[in-house]
Amino acid sequence: MTSSIFFGWATIAYILAMILYIGYLAFRSKGVGLAATGVTIAGFVSQTAALLLRWKEFAEIGNMGILRGIPLTNLYESLIFFVWCLILAYLVIEFKYKTRSFGAFITPVAALVLAFIDISGMSKNIQPLVPALQSNWLLAHVMMSFISYSMFAVSFSTGLMYLIATTEDRKEPAYIFWTVMLSVFVVVLSAMGLDYLTFKMSVKGQEELIKSYLFKASFRSDSPATAGASYAVAAAFTFVVWRFGGLLRKVITGFNISAEILDEITYKSIAMGFPIFTLGGLIFGAIWADQAWGKYWTWDPKETWSLITWFFYAFYLHGRLMRGWRGKKVAMVAVLGFIAVIFTYLGVNLLLSGLHSYGSE
Amino acid sequence: MENKKKPVPNKSLTDRIWALFASVKLAVVIFTLIAMTSIVGTIVEQNADPEKNIKILAKFFGDSAAVPVYNILNKLGFMDMYHSWWFVAFLLAFAANLIICSIDRLPRIWKLVKEPIHPLSADLLEKTSIRRSLPVKAKPAQAKELVRSAMKQIGFTPQEAAGGEAGDRGDQLFAEKGNYSRLGVYITHLSILVILAGAIIGLFFGFNGFLNLPEGETSSVAYKDQGKEIPLGFELRCDNFEVSYYGESDMPKAYKSWLSVYENGKKVMEKAIVVNDPLTYKGITFYQSSFGMVPNTTGKGTIILKIKAPGGQSQDIQAKVGDSFVIPGTSVQGQITDFSPALSLDASGKPFTYDTQLKNPAVFIKFSGPGMNASGWILKRFPQTWALSDGSRVEFLDYWGVEYTGLQVRKDPGVGIVYLGCIAMAIGLFMSFFMSHRRIWVAVSEDKGGSKITIGASAHRNRAAFENRVDKLVALIGGSPKGGNQ
Repeated sequence: MTSSIFFGWATIAYILAMILYIGYLAFRSKGVGLAATGVTIAGFVSQTAALLLRWKEFAEIGNMGILRGIPLTNLYESLIFFVWCLILAYLVIEFKYKTRSFGAFITPVAALVLAFIDISGMSKNIQPLVPALQSNWLLAHVMMSFISYSMFAVSFSTGLMYLIATTEDRKEPAYIFWTVMLSVFVVVLSAMGLDYLTFKMSVKGQEELIKSYLFKASFRSDSPATAGASYAVAAAFTFVVWRFGGLLRKVITGFNISAEILDEITYKSIAMGFPIFTLGGLIFGAIWADQAWGKYWTWDPKETWSLITWFFYAFYLHGRLMRGWRGKKVAMVAVLGFIAVIFTYLGVNLLLSGLHSYGSE
Repeated sequence: MENKKKPVPNKSLTDRIWALFASVKLAVVIFTLIAMTSIVGTIVEQNADPEKNIKILAKFFGDSAAVPVYNILNKLGFMDMYHSWWFVAFLLAFAANLIICSIDRLPRIWKLVKEPIHPLSADLLEKTSIRRSLPVKAKPAQAKELVRSAMKQIGFTPQEAAGGEAGDRGDQLFAEKGNYSRLGVYITHLSILVILAGAIIGLFFGFNGFLNLPEGETSSVAYKDQGKEIPLGFELRCDNFEVSYYGESDMPKAYKSWLSVYENGKKVMEKAIVVNDPLTYKGITFYQSSFGMVPNTTGKGTIILKIKAPGGQSQDIQAKVGDSFVIPGTSVQGQITDFSPALSLDASGKPFTYDTQLKNPAVFIKFSGPGMNASGWILKRFPQTWALSDGSRVEFLDYWGVEYTGLQVRKDPGVGIVYLGCIAMAIGLFMSFFMSHRRIWVAVSEDKGGSKITIGASAHRNRAAFENRVDKLVALIGGSPKGGNQ
């Protein structure tokens, strides 16, 4: 499989780019900045080639024709596409706003997602399409959903940065909000890393790992001491972030990104993502469900969670119109909106699928 | 202090309720209520057995608290929450909010949309959000033509007003674009109401049912979840059902049912349906949704064989296990002695049946006759097993009459309205997010032998992009100071 070689190069490029962008922030050297952009573009080109190759392989295996053979039918493929959209969105922002400062925030997300793919050991095999997915709506529905997800990811990062940049008082709700959110993010990712280190050897499939072993090395440990210690460490970490969050603010304000630009990018990416999500995610999804199952809306968890996500962003867009909500309050809604996106995308399949069987008809 | 506590005198209760329902604040409260309660609805399984949900709740609240928590949630309607009175009430409040806020705001916006652009006075021009001014050497009359062609180049066809009425000495050229984009928000809001209306029509005048139809059988009814019969008004027959697989694997590639519609004993329609491609007749749609084996039919199916003699004659026959046939034009006789729905070979190469579903159907046929004494499994999915040594072929076409096709049956007269709402929503969102009402005024006045050009412009959305356009206009006007091609 030639596509996996290109994916490998892209992963390495994004990790390297992450280091370079952080280096650029630290040393403000133009050469490092140029190198970071160059490496990101190289990674992006390589990933584009990989996507196209996999698309070809996939369409050939299923013998389905190019339009139906889009490789976006499992978690692995969708995460890869998500990263691709995210990097594309980032490159557009870098060229449009002529600033590299966001690179240090976006490339780690890309690198983390790719690392998560390896950590969870999820299946990279190409599998032909089950009958329900054989539809022309697959391309439009899934592709537009992921394009909007990556827009929302951008708004999440800039929204969080906006909160970091504009809050000073440790007793302020917005300050407490972002420190807790950031801590939860880091803690969850670290806990997943621990799961990987502890269970990788003993587990066969990805499904098993995620469903039975998620947080088993930490919060859900069989030994109460380990579980208790995990909560204590998580709480301590959150406290440290809360106590020294001001340092992070200094870092961000030191890079001359104004709060207005952060707010503008947050709004613009949601203003792009929301209509794409509504059309591609909700409307096309409903039309497809109508053609496949004869029900355009069934309130199943995946549908309901996309509606919840939609309401979050509708809240954001309307919140901006209300007196006293512009700025910090809506930035918090933007951050929460992306948490809903993550849950719609991963949580429903990984956590609720134990309770419900979505997609198994 | 005293005054603050008193309600504002000329605001009646109805006024205040109206103001509440017209407010954005209520909208975001409703968003939050629907979103938060929906989360609960995705955790507890809807319309499920109580034991199932008690088990789920035990994960969150512990074994002892699970039952009381279940009882409370059940009383509140959370076990079928999307049909509970309070969830429907949220949706109604949502609809009321949409209607009233539109009625409240639309007249004002409609005026902005319909009212033609008019020239601005000097101070109002100074107050527009985008302002530029530049001197040109051309006389005002020439400069005006220059401005006119520059405006056309950036896509605006200007109107003109003479200086006096604009309140300034100079003449004014002005134009607007995208005034209708202000309506995008209302189209989006209206589309939600249309979709809700379509859903309600479907709820009252449609039905959802299912029909498990065995191969060869006909039905004039479908069934609701409780087993209640719904008459179709015509008859539906399942002629055949088949699963096809990817290559040699057991991964299903397609579920296909051949259906025929009969009215008064006459066939009026036939179609082979697959998932994603249903059959619709007289407003009722049949979707391929499942399949299975009809109980108590094991071994009773009809074996359909296509027999091709070496000479080229071919013949289709229907047989049961135990039946015999003759290959046409020869004296070779075949006897079907065994059938397997899913044949495989074990490690030692011995055949065995690995599934009760028709995953790899096979018949065992013994051939006998002059110069021929052979026997073997003939597999439906593998053509290489069909050829005999004398050049004749026995193809296993189908094992028929033991499978049923599971059809989802639906009638929904509201679905067209829902689709219409979806289209309106797409248009509304496009107008609201990707278009804006842009207005531009250019005043040309005489100044030191040349002219002074003052530009004022506004965009109700995405001002930055319009500002670039205005700068392009400036470059176009300033770019040829002498009037160039005129």
